[in-house]
Order: sequence, then structure tokens, then C-alpha cells
Amino acid sequence: MLKTNLKHIQSASELNKVVSENENVMVCCGRMGPMCIPVYDAMENLEEKYENVKFFDMEFDNPEASVIRSLPECRNFSGLPFTVYYKNGKVVKATSSIQTKDEVKAILNDKFGK
Amino acid sequence: MINSVNKMKKYDTIIIGAGPAGLTSGIYLARAKQSVLIIDQGTVGGQMIMTHKIANYPGVIDISGYELANNMKAQAKEFGCKIISGSKITGMDISGGIKSIEVDGEDNYSSDAVIIAAGGEPRSLGLESEKRLKGKGISYCATCDGDFFQDQDIVVVGGGNSALEEAVSLTKYARSVTIIHQFDHFQGFPHAIKEAAEHPKIKIILESVVEEFNGDENLNSVIIKNLKDGSLKEINASGAFIFIGYVPRTGPFKGIIALNQKDEIITDIEMRTNISGVFAAGDVISKRYRQVTTAVSDGTIAALSVLDFLNSKKQKIEYSLASEVS
Ligand SMILES: Cc1cc2nc3c(=O)[nH]c(=O)nc-3n(C[C@H](O)[C@H](O)[C@H](O)COP(=O)(O)OP(=O)(O)OC[C@H]3O[C@@H](n4cnc5c(N)ncnc54)[C@H](O)[C@@H]3O)c2cc1C
Repeated sequence: MLKTNLKHIQSASELNKVVSENENVMVCCGRMGPMCIPVYDAMENLEEKYENVKFFDMEFDNPEASVIRSLPECRNFSGLPFTVYYKNGKVVKATSSIQTKDEVKAILNDKFGK
Repeated sequence: MINSVNKMKKYDTIIIGAGPAGLTSGIYLARAKQSVLIIDQGTVGGQMIMTHKIANYPGVIDISGYELANNMKAQAKEFGCKIISGSKITGMDISGGIKSIEVDGEDNYSSDAVIIAAGGEPRSLGLESEKRLKGKGISYCATCDGDFFQDQDIVVVGGGNSALEEAVSLTKYARSVTIIHQFDHFQGFPHAIKEAAEHPKIKIILESVVEEFNGDENLNSVIIKNLKDGSLKEINASGAFIFIGYVPRTGPFKGIIALNQKDEIITDIEMRTNISGVFAAGDVISKRYRQVTTAVSDGTIAALSVLDFLNSKKQKIEYSLASEVS
């Protein structure tokens, strides 16, 4: 399990449940590496301000994470973490590699509104 | 310039930056019963979290940068430091006796002393195509992303120790690694140069710079320019790892604090800057060696100098009050 303060998703079925039960979901799929930690940190910082969004992480090396790794939106990705934004069960945005808090905020505002 | 109207919260010292230098200053000051606020615009730990393994921090045999950062953060909090991360400084007035800082355009803080421990950030090539293809071929971390490039041709841009060491580590995955470096010699340690130069999978192109990264959805090739004759050459590559050094994060302090030609903060040996009550520590200052140990050392000195500064400020106030009474 990732050592973050975010809620962890551990299986594909759990991800499907979360995504179907919540309107706006952000999932960061990574490892405890230098490109991933700043994204988890940004999410932890934004969690309080974006009550309309549910924030989760998922371990990249968990075989169940293939549900994210094999998304068509992540097909061209070659940088950790893979971060996926779902609205009403559908992927509306996905990013690869490190993102700043401002970059994450811009996507949240654009896709989910504040 | 401070614009927001929220009530000002007062601390003895505000520390800008929560890398090893800032956290160490925080630990020393808070332990001396000073009120301390540490503000970081990014992630607590600074460049330490960029480091998979730190093997040269005395007393700790082998630790991940993330763990060392978390330990320092816990220690600073335990002594009473207030730490705010992921927050931008949007206004600043640190020239006078009372320093004031505005955060995220809404919160105001003041203090008697400030320590600038803003460290450095990776230098980027500044190309639009570099930004566009980040995570789609362009990477800044070999350990994180190396395994996406199994049996592929990749390039490493840079010629210091990081570039050389990471190029060698990437040969575990890649079919070929081409190092592109702007000078006619490397700036790394002799053993790192030797290991890269003698590696059968590594090719070296000197005196050349990247002009463009090509690719729509993914990186396909890199255009490089020969600095001697200006000729352009296309190299097929699906990955490009960029390690071209670090620049001090002194942008917000330009015109306020004295900087040297490399934009590093000039301090004396007690970490004092040219402004009374403003100190600096760590990678952000003008110095030769940049390590966690040197940042920790600077942070310690800055904190002890702040204590000295605050004590003499307090004594002056007490003395002038006493003279007014008598
Ligand atoms: C890949 C890599 C590997 C390394 N490996 C080692 C190693 O093995 N051993 C070793 O000893 N050293 C190593 N180093 C060097 C070491 O990490 C640095 O020397 C050290 O972290 C510097 O500490 P610092 O506190 O001065 O700055 P930083 O660690 O850079 O921290 C500065 C902090 O200030 C924050 N900040 C910047 N500007 C502002 C602002 N305006 N407002 C608020 N916050 C701000 C930043 O977000 C950052 O968190 C490595 C560095 C890198 C990049």
C-alpha cells in the first residue's frame, strides 16, 4: 500500500465502485517516487478545498492497477504517475508524470468546477 | 506588497522552504521555544524527495529521500513548528524590522526574522515540445520511468554526475543511450565519466544541444544542433531524460536581497544576508557544495544566528524601555 494520507484503492472492483458511486473522482496511480509524491501531496492539500471531488491513490505495481494502466487515455504514457479524472463514471482527463498543485487545480476547476 | 485583509498572525521566525535546510532551522528554533512558521510552495522535503536513496547522510546507513524528509518533518512538528505546504507566497515585505508575508493571496503572517531556504529546481531546456511531451517520452527521473523504455533507443541530456550516472543506470532497460552534452568535456567525477564512456550501450555526442523534440502523441526523435558548425541532426529516440542541473529559486527575492551573478543569495558565514533579520541557508546560497549535509549545516547556523539576532533585538527593546522608565 502507498504511504500517503489519501484513501487507497486496492482492486479494480473497488475502483469501479468508487467511480460509479461518485460524480467526480481523481485517482493517482503511482509509486512512492519523486515524480509521484508531489502529486499525492497536491491532492492531500486540495482534498479539503474540493469537497465535490473524491481523491484516491492506487499502487502502480498492484496487478489490479491494470484497470488504469490499460485505459486508452493512458496508452501513450511513459511517465509515473498516471493520474485519471472521472466524471459520472467516464474518464474526462488523464495526465502522465509529475504535476504541480496549480496544474492539478486547473484540471479540477475545468472538469469538475470548484 | 501585501494586499489581503485577513488578520496578521505573528511568529518569531518565518522560514521559506521546507527542504533539509528549512526543516533543520525549524527544529533548532522551535526547540529553543521560538514560534516558527515554515512555508513551502511544493512538497515538504524539497529535493530530498527526488532522491531514491540517500547513502551519505551520517548515522543513517541507507534511507529513501522521502523517509528522511518525513522524519525531519515529524521532528520539526514535534518541537512545535507550524508547516504549510503547497502554498504560494503572493506578497512579501521583508526589508523592515517587522517582516510580513502573504500566502495564497489570503493569509498574512508577520515575524521578526526570516530564513530563506528556497533551495533549487531542475533546470529545464525551456522548449515548448519538452513541456508537451512530458510523461510521453520526456522524463526527469530514470528510476521512476526507466522501465517504460525496455529495448528502446533513448537520449540523456546533460554532462554532470547525475546525467552520467543515470545514463549508466538506464542501460539496464534501453537498447542504446545517447548522451548529448553542450561542452567538449564532462563535468562529472572521473569514475562516473569513465563508466559512461566505456559502456558498450552508451554513445556520446559532445558540443551539441537539443533544438527540438519531435512527436505528436509520443516522442519519436530529437533534433540536435552541433555548436561547432551549426549543423542539425535527427536522432531517433522514444525517450529523453533531462539532467542539466539545478538553478537557485531566488526569483521572488530579486531586487530585495543581494544575489551573486548566478542568482544565488550572498551570505556571510553566519548566514546573514544584506538585510537585517533576513538569513538564508542551503542550496539557495552562494557556495560550492550542495548536499543534504551542507543544507543541514547551513540551516543549523542560520537558526543559531536568528536566535542571537532575536535576543539582541529583545535586549535593545528592554534597554530602551528601562531607560524611558528611569
Ligand atoms: C536527484 C537528486 C539526488 C540527490 N542526491 C543526494 C544525495 O544522495 N545526498 C545528498 O546529500 N544530497 C543529494 N542531493 C542534493 C540535496 O537533495 C540538496 O542539496 C538539498 O536537498 C538542498 O536542501 P535545501 O533545503 O537547501 O533545498 P531544497 O531541498 O531544494 O528545498 C527547498 C524547498 O523550498 C521550497 N521553496 C522554494 N521556493 C519557495 C518559495 N518562494 N516559497 C515557498 N517555498 C519555496 C521548495 O518547494 C522546496 O521544498 C540530490 C539532489 C537531487 C536533485
